[in-house]
Amino acid sequence: MTTLQIRYFAWMRTRVGTGAEAVEAPDTVRDVAGLMDWLEARGPGHAKAFARREAVRIAVNQDYVDPDHPVAEGDEVAFFPPVTGG
Amino acid sequence: MAVRVQREDFDPGREMEALSEGRRDIGAVASFTGIVRDEKGAGGIRAMTLEHYPGMTERKLEEIEAEAHRRWPLEASLIVHRYGRLEPGERIVFVAAASSHRKAALEACAFLIDWLKTKAPFWKLEEGVEGEQWADAREADDEAAARWAEDG
Repeated sequence: MTTLQIRYFAWMRTRVGTGAEAVEAPDTVRDVAGLMDWLEARGPGHAKAFARREAVRIAVNQDYVDPDHPVAEGDEVAFFPPVTGG
Repeated sequence: MAVRVQREDFDPGREMEALSEGRRDIGAVASFTGIVRDEKGAGGIRAMTLEHYPGMTERKLEEIEAEAHRRWPLEASLIVHRYGRLEPGERIVFVAAASSHRKAALEACAFLIDWLKTKAPFWKLEEGVEGEQWADAREADDEAAARWAEDG
């Protein structure tokens, strides 16, 4: 098992229904893409949030990464739409 | 070099003055102030609420600022970005770059805001007549950031 801190922002947060959750991901989850597959199956809100993968941006430990980035014990993994500040 | 993420308003004039105060080597300060606008026409957007990723936001803004200093000979710089609920007419963002000469200051100022718009983790929730809606990212912003891509 891998303990991960998951963060959601903007419409990812409103769809999932929470801005943060701690999860114990199974050992089969090795990278962010695998994590998204696993999270998507957690419920209808998660399924809706991860339905359009191309619209989801990812940060691991507060740095932008691609879906093939590995996940490790204690990582903070954030999912959010393209940014719209400024 | 400084970045600030805050709920409160700021005074662009005072921020600019502070950048060059007591300095004799700064010949140019360029700044950009972003203001919330009702882009959908009269009353289309009543307000917007800025959400951000505390921690990562400051980190990304510092990286953007450091990149500007790497590319141009800057003497000072500042990025201020507000979060929370803002109405049309309110200031939302301020960037400034100070240098010996105008070219570096002007270019770095444009670079700071272009990169900020596509890299800093902020999101706008717009309040319109038909309820709330998350703002979509704009292709024009990606294109503006892409013009600063370095060759190789």
